[in-house]
Amino acid sequence: MAAPLTLLLIVAVTIRAVLFRSNLAELISERVEVVSPLNAWKRVVEGLALLDLGVSPYSGDVFHETPFMIYLFHFLVDYAELVFMIADGITAVALYQSIQTYNKNVFRKQKYALESDRYPADCLELLRSPKEMFYIPLKVAMFYLLNPFTILSCVAKSTCGLNNAIIALFILCTLKGSALLSGILLALATYQSIYPLTLFAPALLFFLQRLYIPVNLRRSSFWFFTLQYAFIYVGSLVVITGLSFFLLGSWDFIPSVYGFILSVPDLTPNIGLFWYFFAEMFEHFRLFFICVFQINVFFYTIPLSIKLKEHPVFLIFMQIAIISIFKSYPTVGDVALYMAFLPAWSHLYRFLRNIFLVSCVLLACAALFPVLWHLWIYAGSANSNFYYAITLLFNFGQILLVSDYFYAYLRREHHLTHGLYLKKKDGTEATLVLK
Amino acid sequence: MAAHRSGLSLVCILFFSSLAHPSNCDTLEKANDNKAEKLSISEVNTNGGVAGEDLNERQWLSTDVEVDKSDGSKNSETLTPAPAKDQFQEELVIRPLHSGDIYASFQFRTLWDTDFLREGQKVSHYRLFPKSLGQVLSKFSVRELHISFTQGFWRTMQWGQPFIPSPPGAELWVWFHDTVSDVDGNWKELTNVLSGIFCASLNFIDLTNTVQPSASFKPLGLGNATDHRFLRYATLPREIVCTENLTPWKKLLPCGSKAGLAVLLKSEKLFHSSFHSQAVHIRPVCQDERCTSKAWELRQTLNVVFDLYTSGQGKKEWSLFKMFSRTLTEACPLASSSKVYVDITDNPEGELFELSPATPLLSQAVVLGDRRTYSVFDLSRAETFGQLRSLNLLLRWKGDSGDMLRPLLHAERYVAGFGLQTGEIHTVIYNNHPYRAFPVLLMDSVPWYLQLYIHTLTVTSKSRDNKPSYIQYQPAKDRHRPHLLEMLIQLPPHSMTEVTVQFERALLKWTEYTPDPNHGFYVGSSVVSALVPSMVAMSTNFTQDQPLFSSFVPVKEESSYFVRVYTEPLLVNLPTPDFSMPYNVICLTCTVVAVGYGSFYNLLTRTFQVDEPSPPLSKRLANLIRRMRGVPLLA
Repeated sequence: MAAPLTLLLIVAVTIRAVLFRSNLAELISERVEVVSPLNAWKRVVEGLALLDLGVSPYSGDVFHETPFMIYLFHFLVDYAELVFMIADGITAVALYQSIQTYNKNVFRKQKYALESDRYPADCLELLRSPKEMFYIPLKVAMFYLLNPFTILSCVAKSTCGLNNAIIALFILCTLKGSALLSGILLALATYQSIYPLTLFAPALLFFLQRLYIPVNLRRSSFWFFTLQYAFIYVGSLVVITGLSFFLLGSWDFIPSVYGFILSVPDLTPNIGLFWYFFAEMFEHFRLFFICVFQINVFFYTIPLSIKLKEHPVFLIFMQIAIISIFKSYPTVGDVALYMAFLPAWSHLYRFLRNIFLVSCVLLACAALFPVLWHLWIYAGSANSNFYYAITLLFNFGQILLVSDYFYAYLRREHHLTHGLYLKKKDGTEATLVLK
Repeated sequence: MAAHRSGLSLVCILFFSSLAHPSNCDTLEKANDNKAEKLSISEVNTNGGVAGEDLNERQWLSTDVEVDKSDGSKNSETLTPAPAKDQFQEELVIRPLHSGDIYASFQFRTLWDTDFLREGQKVSHYRLFPKSLGQVLSKFSVRELHISFTQGFWRTMQWGQPFIPSPPGAELWVWFHDTVSDVDGNWKELTNVLSGIFCASLNFIDLTNTVQPSASFKPLGLGNATDHRFLRYATLPREIVCTENLTPWKKLLPCGSKAGLAVLLKSEKLFHSSFHSQAVHIRPVCQDERCTSKAWELRQTLNVVFDLYTSGQGKKEWSLFKMFSRTLTEACPLASSSKVYVDITDNPEGELFELSPATPLLSQAVVLGDRRTYSVFDLSRAETFGQLRSLNLLLRWKGDSGDMLRPLLHAERYVAGFGLQTGEIHTVIYNNHPYRAFPVLLMDSVPWYLQLYIHTLTVTSKSRDNKPSYIQYQPAKDRHRPHLLEMLIQLPPHSMTEVTVQFERALLKWTEYTPDPNHGFYVGSSVVSALVPSMVAMSTNFTQDQPLFSSFVPVKEESSYFVRVYTEPLLVNLPTPDFSMPYNVICLTCTVVAVGYGSFYNLLTRTFQVDEPSPPLSKRLANLIRRMRGVPLLA
């Protein structure tokens, strides 16, 4: 398996290197779909320039990266292209290995269940064969590396690629069972962009399941492990934040990074739902709606964790997808991360209801983004509503996609316990509905 | 008779001062050539003819007056019983410009020997100094205040340097006294008060357009305050200046618009011009040459450029009446001096134009690095007005004027780029000096909604990189403060230096756009301040009776003079949202969020069940009856 992966990496790096050298790179790095005020490379360079001038990068409103990013690129600014290619490579390899591990787990569980005869007889066609599972990790890596969204994001040197790498490494460490590394990486991901905070729940569920600790609030073992993991997470978060303080000698980065993410002061258009909504918001409702929209990201964590407590990896996918849809400054790089997981759920394909519609919508939107942007900003023959409409549709498509996969996952689980061909009481073929 | 006498004594002062300091070219009012000198003397003689013999005595007397003026208040107190602690001077300079336009610059100066900032002592007796401004000074502990309202743009390349430069729109800069603790609070209140005094929209000055330049705006008066925490600078480039600003400005003058030069200030003519700028400058200055005591100086200036060439059917001639639709009939009785200067430097032999009535008095002054010759009309002398009791200066061009000397320092600015996403500000500074390089301070204050990228800053002169030796940059905070960029750039001789910086345009909230948002947003002028090498030696000593127009900026060294050049303000378009959409956007976005919420809620709370069709209504009714009867239900 190593050879195809290596080949894939070489192809991916070649594509990126070629694009870096072409004059498309500059065009791509200005695209609002690819870079947001949070992760634009231009702003990283600006932050470094401010530091050189002896001005705190956080004294203005251009730079919103964390202090770690400053220090990383303080040394690596000349090798930025390399850094972003390596980050993409790391993400792909981490996802590859994670899915490999996950598939092994799934297969083992399926074998035990099969041996203990827990599946209904007509469900055999739902079971997953090693043959079809063999290429899934490679497909995942390919979906990430060759996804145009990832390529664009990498060529634009959006620091979103680095955040993706951290999240991918976190997933890998979680699936490999290392609570310490997982906690540290999760803290790092949270430090970078707050939202990965919601991944705490699936990671905890995964470890509990792995250690055969039942989720029972009366059991001390449950509390012991939960506190242990929370301690690792919070501890590393405190250490990282403290280190940042000592790097710069001030707490200025807290309002400038996290305040900026949460209060959405910059309304530069992006593919998300926030910019136009808050550009058009009535002033006295602004705070209320900011709270509503931000809570939306964190809101689904608890019900999803309850519903999917047996399936933490799918929960991770759901959480990442929800973050990328509802975060305040989304870019296509965020979308690419959860899309990389889609091959891992290829066995859900038969239960997807409107995958054709959704793919058409997403493809059409991806094509229309630059067109309508051009019409609005450069040609002046359209206005902001055109671009807004397409972001709305794009998010609608993403929501449909994610909820469709969620539906398919739940339905497959239902079939695995109740049989594939359900019958009504009178013996005719039954239809399954949500009630 | 009294007017006559004072007029005579003034002439004597001037005459004697020319004898006393023959090298003092600033204040020198000396005859340009023998003929003029003879004329001047004969003028003195004919005037003195009435008094006859006591001419000598009077000359001495007037010299005494000059002495005690220059020796400070101590002498004057001993000599005169009730010393007027305040004095008022008025002056009009008319300079025919090479483009055929006429530049008229009024200056009114009130000097008052008092201290507004003294603790516990309220200044309540006002004579010449306007009370409204005096109270503002003491209430807000203002050390120096400069405010200007300008309509139109000063075209440096065609018109040369103005005596007092000002940017289009309104400009306000204030140095507060260093005892002020809440500078921002004082500033906010001060702008609101000034807004009321001048009927202007100065109340739109807030933190988002106020900056604290570290080097460009040093105090012009006494005191070497260097802590720029006490300085506030703001411009409103969109401010429209009109009659309602002129009327309160005129009311600050001791004579109002009733007498003196101010009768010429009729708004219907002043605003029918290519350039109009009115300003108020208040600062502490030295009372005398030795600077023993401090006085407050209120300088009200009004500069106007008339385009008489195009409106005059191609005839290049002007008169006071043509410009202002008024003539001068008297000086302001409260003024200690009242003069009209006409720049005749280019016309030494009278071959270019003809000025009437002819005046024997000539004056030379070194102003803006150039030695200029002026014809002087002293309004405090009755014979200035001649037989008709009115003075209507008339200038008729005979030939075509020669080429103008290009101003040594010149700057312009524009926005490059297309589309509404990014752009680039180009500032071009010209050094037209043939062999001298000199440094300039460039100050740019850019509103926050244009996000500057300082790493894209380039400075090139003669197509080579010219690294600024000093950069002070304060990045903007969204909705809180603007960008401030100050640079010290060395301009090579005879060169063009281009400063570029890229910016990104922000999308604002729909309520933050000005009315008519597609008109664009103004970005205030950038300010180029420099000490330009002078062609002639500047006079560094301070004297009371030098013309006002040459004494505004203190000269520190002989070899250079201070110039401030304002560039054009920029008009930048920003992307706009659709202003009619707030309800629609709120509804549509919330719908999409609700679709997400709804579908997740559905999947989270419901479970899969086999769809059993509900039995028909008749069956359900039958079962209901059966249940009541207690018999088994139908299947």
